[in-house]
Amino acid sequence: MGNKQTIFTDEQLDAYQDCTFFTRKEILRLHGRYHELAPNMVPMDYTRDPDVKLPIQLIVNMPELKENPFGERIVMSFSEDGDGNLSFNDFVDMFSVLSEMAPRELKAIYAFKIYDFNTDNFICKSDLEKTLNNLTKEELTEEEVVLVCEKVIEEADMDGDGKLGFSDFENMISKAPDFLSPFKIRDILQP
Amino acid sequence: MSEAGAAREPDSGGINDNEVFLPDTNHLPPTVTFLQELPSYQSMLRRRPSTVRTRDGQGFVRRSPVESRSILEGLGVESLDRVQSIREYPLNMSQKRQLRDIQEANTKYLSGWDQWKQTRSKSWRKFLDETKELSSYLELWRHDIRNIEGKFGTGIQSYFSFLRFLVLLNFVIFVLMFSFITLPSAVSKHGVLNGSYVKVPPKSIEPQCTVYTVSGTKGLIYFYNYIIDLLSGTGFLEMTSLFYGYYTIDKVQFNVIKYNVPLAYLLTTLAYLSLSLIWIVKRSVEGFKQSLIRDEDQFQSYCNKIFAGWDFCITDINAARLKHSSLQYELKTDLEEERLRQKIAERTTDQKLRIYCLRIFLNIIVLAVLSGCFYSLFRATVFSQEKISNDSGKPNVDNLLVQYLPSMVITLANFIAPLIFSLIIKFEDYSPAFEIRLTLMRCVFVRLANIGVLLFSLGTRITSCASEKCTACGYNYKLYPCWESRVGQEMYKLMIFDFIIIFAITVFVDFPRKLIVTYSSWKAFQWCGLQEFAIPDKVLEIVYGQTICWIGTFYSPLLPAIATIKYFVIFYIKKISLMHTCRPSTRPFRASSSNFFFLVVLLIGLVLAFIPLGLSMTHLRSSKACGPFVNFNRSWDVVPYTIHTFPAALRKVLNGIASEAFAVPFFMVICLVMFYFIALAGAHKRVVDQLREQLVMESRDKLFLIRKLTEAQRHS
Repeated sequence: MGNKQTIFTDEQLDAYQDCTFFTRKEILRLHGRYHELAPNMVPMDYTRDPDVKLPIQLIVNMPELKENPFGERIVMSFSEDGDGNLSFNDFVDMFSVLSEMAPRELKAIYAFKIYDFNTDNFICKSDLEKTLNNLTKEELTEEEVVLVCEKVIEEADMDGDGKLGFSDFENMISKAPDFLSPFKIRDILQP
Repeated sequence: MSEAGAAREPDSGGINDNEVFLPDTNHLPPTVTFLQELPSYQSMLRRRPSTVRTRDGQGFVRRSPVESRSILEGLGVESLDRVQSIREYPLNMSQKRQLRDIQEANTKYLSGWDQWKQTRSKSWRKFLDETKELSSYLELWRHDIRNIEGKFGTGIQSYFSFLRFLVLLNFVIFVLMFSFITLPSAVSKHGVLNGSYVKVPPKSIEPQCTVYTVSGTKGLIYFYNYIIDLLSGTGFLEMTSLFYGYYTIDKVQFNVIKYNVPLAYLLTTLAYLSLSLIWIVKRSVEGFKQSLIRDEDQFQSYCNKIFAGWDFCITDINAARLKHSSLQYELKTDLEEERLRQKIAERTTDQKLRIYCLRIFLNIIVLAVLSGCFYSLFRATVFSQEKISNDSGKPNVDNLLVQYLPSMVITLANFIAPLIFSLIIKFEDYSPAFEIRLTLMRCVFVRLANIGVLLFSLGTRITSCASEKCTACGYNYKLYPCWESRVGQEMYKLMIFDFIIIFAITVFVDFPRKLIVTYSSWKAFQWCGLQEFAIPDKVLEIVYGQTICWIGTFYSPLLPAIATIKYFVIFYIKKISLMHTCRPSTRPFRASSSNFFFLVVLLIGLVLAFIPLGLSMTHLRSSKACGPFVNFNRSWDVVPYTIHTFPAALRKVLNGIASEAFAVPFFMVICLVMFYFIALAGAHKRVVDQLREQLVMESRDKLFLIRKLTEAQRHS
């Protein structure tokens, strides 16, 4: 196999292959994308696991995430330090979950994190309102927003506490026919 | 109800139970923190950095079961033995790596057999991944479809995936027909292998039934005649392997095996129909499951739109803007529909009566429009056939127009009828979603029924004779010495015309429209706007073409090849049209429901294709002048004839299966099985409802207990 690369040790690549849905080639390409976001900060040699994190603004301006209204939330959900800074591990994790091969359950877990704006483990009315405004660029009237949020809670809330816990969300996603296909980012690997 | 108690702010404007919990952990008495140890809270544990200490060589392995258990318990996984892929766990990378190391360390404790099993399953998984990757490179048009998905979303992409599916389906059907029917016949006719021609037993058949001459192939032929023949399937094309008439080989000898061509012809026809059926059903099973679930719980439309609404593949800023506006449109329509539903519920009986009368009246109009279409098609077909029979031997342009008259009428009907329907439905006062569905159903019906009417009118002409009631040959031998070829020609013409129309509309209507809208400043043109890429109409076009192909393949075995090429070219035409001349539809089409819708309509077309084929195989006398079934009364008769040549035991078994003694009990058993499954589904539904109620009760109990507990703690 191509032993010409010196970015990762073979052991690291094996570990990445086991822990994500990417192959060796794809991981190297991902590293290339990560590197070109900040060529001065990201070293080419990752054999010693350097502790480099890129700030959220750089990640959110990637072409794949720029037009996404939830771009910022996605980055925050995968950021280990909670501030939106992504190390390479987080970066690979993020695109692994968003890739085509990730199963529905895994995507559902992270989708819940993404839609939970105030990170209290529940999707409450204010989270829903923020989601809705992100989706429609605030073109709906106040009244319509409230109405839609009420409808969503009515449809999905199973245990009657007025907000969506993870089990409610998971149950709703399992019945949503369209969930899997839009929830993926494909062309991250195209050069 | 926030169990968190962690340093987060409680919900504003929530239930007043929130005030039970104080916002700051530090001020809480230590006993209340047990709430954070609730299993349900633990299972939603977020990633917390540095919960795992550094490891030393030995101590790590000793600690490993506990540590891994703590990581895994957070996910609700009990044992480490039944480990699926690590990558499917929602942990961050360092935790996954640790889990992996634990796994690898633990393999030392497994026996040699288990170790071998693990490594084998790992390498098998890797192999599967690699094959999947390789096979995705072989996918046709992979890059184009991804492009379209990125720019226009998954709804339009599903249309192009559907086109690709049809190209593959037609190609497979062509390979089937070619290798089992055309190849043996052609090979035998050219003398490569020994083959015997079909012999007609002289006594049972009238001699006039066996006369068959193809006009226009002898003497001086002008060049333009070739073009006309190419376009209408007559002349030199009629005697090629494209049409039924070519296949006069009876048996082909391969060393010892005698290859029975008529039997092969019939069985291959049945095979391609069943193959199409199985393939379509397999593809639609996924969508059907979702649709079943969806219909059972209608009330999830809002959730779906909000949580699965944004298409993460969109990278183009225009597409993003479009997606935003389409989501907004969808939500507004839904709210509108909600208001309408309330309005409908509040209708008085007087209003209801008026609406129903109006609807009945409008449906009568719809029926009238349909009958008008069908009658005009019938007359056009009859006229066209008469003209063809009358001036046969003189192909000229007028003749070509007459030949294409049925196709033109069908295309016109397919164009006008949907317009009328969409106009009428506005008066019928249904909810928007139902309106769309009903118009769609009516359009599907018009398109497919047109083909049926054409075939019916052809059928009546074939089986009706002037005076003798067709006792001589069973069909009108004067006009239709080889009627199967004629039917094949009609299908061929329909297909060619369909292709020409699609091409012409794109080139002569879409592109000029785009040019006009872009470059002229007339208000009228601007108001018309660009062509919308309306998916339902496009899909109906394709399904219409595919139905023609299915029906026509029996009479014209190489038709699937033409269909493959046609759909191949149409893909590029539509793609170019989409990219350059259309604006995407304001009415968004959901990917899952579209896939299911396409396949359902295709299935309807297939079922419709079964009917004329079945009728002609079992009821119409096969022509005595051409084709492989000259020795038989009907095409289907070759099967009983072959069964007669089987050994007696096998014959008995087959007869037994086909008899009533078997069929009736079999039917009853199937009914019983169906009732059982219906009952099972009903029982499951009841259980689900009960569980749901229980869940609500449980959460209320939990709230109550927590309140009591904190009160008790406050007092103590």
